[in-house]
Amino acid sequence: MRVEQLNLAAAALATPLPIRRAEVDAGRWVSLAAELAAAEGRLVSLWGSIDGGARISAAYALSDGLLWVDLALGAATSYPDIATHFPAAARMQRATADLLGLRAQGAGDSRPWLDHGVWSEQQPLRRAPAQPVDGSAGEHSDYAFVQVEGDGVHEIPVGPVHAGIIEPGHFRFSIVGEKVLRLEERLGYVHKGIERRFTELAPLDAHRLAGRVSGDSTVAFAWAYCMALESALGIEVPARASWLRALMLERERVANHLGDLGAIGNDAALAFGQAQFSRLREDWQRESMSVFGHRLMMDAIVPGGTARDVDAAALVRLHASCDRVESQVRTLRTIYDEHAGLQDRLIGTGRVTPELARRLGLTGLAGRSSGQAGDLRCDHAWPPYDGLRVTRAASNQGDVAARVAVRFDEAHESLRLIRALAGALPAGAVRVDPAPPTGNACGAGWVEGWRGEVFVALELHAGAIARCHCHDPSWQNWPLLEHAVIGNIVPDFPLINKSFNLSYSGQDL
Amino acid sequence: MFKLVQQIARAGICTEPPPEVDGLEPITSEIHAEILAILGQALAIRQVDAGSCNGCELEIHALNNPYYNLEGLGIKFVASPRHADMLLVTGPVTRNMELALRRTYDATPAPKLVVAIGDCGCTGGIFGEGYASRGRVANVIPVDVAVPGCPPPPLQIMRGILAAVRRRHGPPAAAR
Repeated sequence: MRVEQLNLAAAALATPLPIRRAEVDAGRWVSLAAELAAAEGRLVSLWGSIDGGARISAAYALSDGLLWVDLALGAATSYPDIATHFPAAARMQRATADLLGLRAQGAGDSRPWLDHGVWSEQQPLRRAPAQPVDGSAGEHSDYAFVQVEGDGVHEIPVGPVHAGIIEPGHFRFSIVGEKVLRLEERLGYVHKGIERRFTELAPLDAHRLAGRVSGDSTVAFAWAYCMALESALGIEVPARASWLRALMLERERVANHLGDLGAIGNDAALAFGQAQFSRLREDWQRESMSVFGHRLMMDAIVPGGTARDVDAAALVRLHASCDRVESQVRTLRTIYDEHAGLQDRLIGTGRVTPELARRLGLTGLAGRSSGQAGDLRCDHAWPPYDGLRVTRAASNQGDVAARVAVRFDEAHESLRLIRALAGALPAGAVRVDPAPPTGNACGAGWVEGWRGEVFVALELHAGAIARCHCHDPSWQNWPLLEHAVIGNIVPDFPLINKSFNLSYSGQDL
Repeated sequence: MFKLVQQIARAGICTEPPPEVDGLEPITSEIHAEILAILGQALAIRQVDAGSCNGCELEIHALNNPYYNLEGLGIKFVASPRHADMLLVTGPVTRNMELALRRTYDATPAPKLVVAIGDCGCTGGIFGEGYASRGRVANVIPVDVAVPGCPPPPLQIMRGILAAVRRRHGPPAAAR
C-alpha cells in the first residue's frame, strides 16, 4: 500500500526519508486504520497534543514512506479507537488519556497506563509547567490486573525494583507449577515528564534531552530529533555529517548487540560469554570515547551536523578495530553455535510466530527475528545508506536463538558498514550553524535504531517547542513479550526478556 | 570446549588496577583488606534505578566486565536490599518510583550506605523536578556520596563506591 493510493491531501515534509502529513476527519481516522491494517501497513506511533483545540495524531509506515495523520478534536475529549485494527495502539491510547485526558471511544482497556496516581498534576500536557509540589503527591492507585483462576494457579509479583542492574517495571506472572500461564506488564515507573520538559527547552538545545529518552539509543534519538528540527527549519546537513551520524548509529548498534550477546549467554548460565563480550564492548566504548568524546556517543549529534570531526588517523583506527572485533565475534559465534548446553536453552524458548508478530505489530530487531522484514536502512535508504546496500538480517524462527542469530548477523553487517563509511567519508564541514527558529514549523525524524525504528514528531510555535513526541519501538514490542513467555517456565523469563531487551525509559518517557 | 578454552587463553587477563581514591594509592589487596576491616565481609550493593534513562545502568554493568573486575575487589551486586550494605541509586527519582525507593531504603540493613549515580541522581539533571519527577536522590533518601557525570564512566562510579565506604568509617589505619 502506497500513500498516494489513499486519496489524501498529504503534504511532504523536507525529510531525508519520505514523510507526508495529512488531516483526516473522524470517519476517515477509522477507515484509514482499517484499510492500512488490511494492507500490511504498520502503526508506528500514536500521540495527542493541544494546539488551540485538542488533536490526536498517528504515524503509519507504508511501502513508500511514513504517513502522519491528524484528527482535530476541537473541544471534544474523545476520538474513535483504532486498537481493534492495530492492537499496538492500545497502550499508546491509554498513555494519551493519562497525559491529555483524550480518550479512545470504544477501547476495550481504559485503565491508566503512565499515571500511577502520584503525579502532582493530572493531564500534565494540557497545561504549562507549574512549580512542582514538594513531597509525596498522593497514594498509588490500585491497578486491576487480570486474574487467572483455576486449580493450582498462583501469582508471582515482580518489581518494580528488579533483582539485577535493570530498569524498573512490574511483572505479574500467573503460573501453575513453574509454567507461565499469563504475564501482565505494568510499566510507567520511570515516567519523568520528558514530553513536557521538551517545551521548556530551546529547540537548539533539546537534542540533549532527546539523547536521554533511552540512554542505550542515544544516537538514534538524537539523530531523529535533529532530523525533525532540520526538516522543520529547512536546514541541509553537510554530507560528511550524515556519514558520521550513520557511522555512530552503526557503532551504537554494535555496542548494544555485543552487550546483549554476552548478557544472553550469562542468563543461560554461560558466564564465559558475558566475560568475552563485555570485554569487547568495553574496548568499543573506549574507542567511542577517544574518537567521539563520549563512551555512549551522547551529545555527539547536534542540530546542523555533528559536534566534532574525525581525523584521518582516527578513521584508520576505527577501521582496524572493526577487523579485530569481527574475527573475535566470529570465533565466539562458533562457540555459541556449538555449545549444546547453551543451544538447549535458546532454541524454542520464548517463541513469537511470524503470524502473531504481524498481527500484533512486532517491530525492529525482534520483528526481523519473527519474519517481519522492516528495516528503514533498506526500505527507505536515506543518505548515506542509499549507497551502502544494507543487507537485512532475517529469521522466521522467532525464538531466543533467532534473536541471537539476528544480532550476530546485524553486528557483522554493521562492522562492514562502519568500514565502508570510514573508508569513503566525504570531505567538507561537519556542521552548519542553524539560526534559532522564530516562526511556526513542523518536522519529523525517523531512524532505524539498534532496537528498531525511532520516530520524533516536532511542532514549533513562535520559535519554541510546542510539542515534541518521541516514540521508541519498545511500545510495540512490550506486549509481544507477554505472548512470548506463555507456556515457558518462570526461570526462562530473564533469558526471554533479555533477548528482547526493551527500553523502559523509552516507553515511559 | 577446546575452542572455548583457547579463547579464554587468547583473551588473557585484562583487569586493570583500581582507581586512586581520596589521594590514596590503588592496591587491589589493600582495598580488599580495607573492605574486610570496615565491613567484616564483602561489600554487597543493591542497584536501584529510580528513573534513569538507562545510560547509568550501562556503565554500572561495565563495572562487572573483566577490565574493572569489581568482584575481584570484594564488591558484588546482590538481588535484594535485605542482603545489601549499599544502595547505588540512579536517575532523577520519579514520583512513580518514590515509594519503591523509600521501601528499598527501609529494607536495607545497616550500614545502609547510599551512593547517588549520575547528574540526575546528583541534581535532577536535564529532567529536573516536575509533575512526575522529584529530582535528585537526596530529596527522597539520605545520600552519602554523589557521583556526577552523564553517565559517569565506570572508574568514577568505582571511586564513589570506595569513597562512601571510607567516609562513613574513616580512612584505613595506615593512612591516618
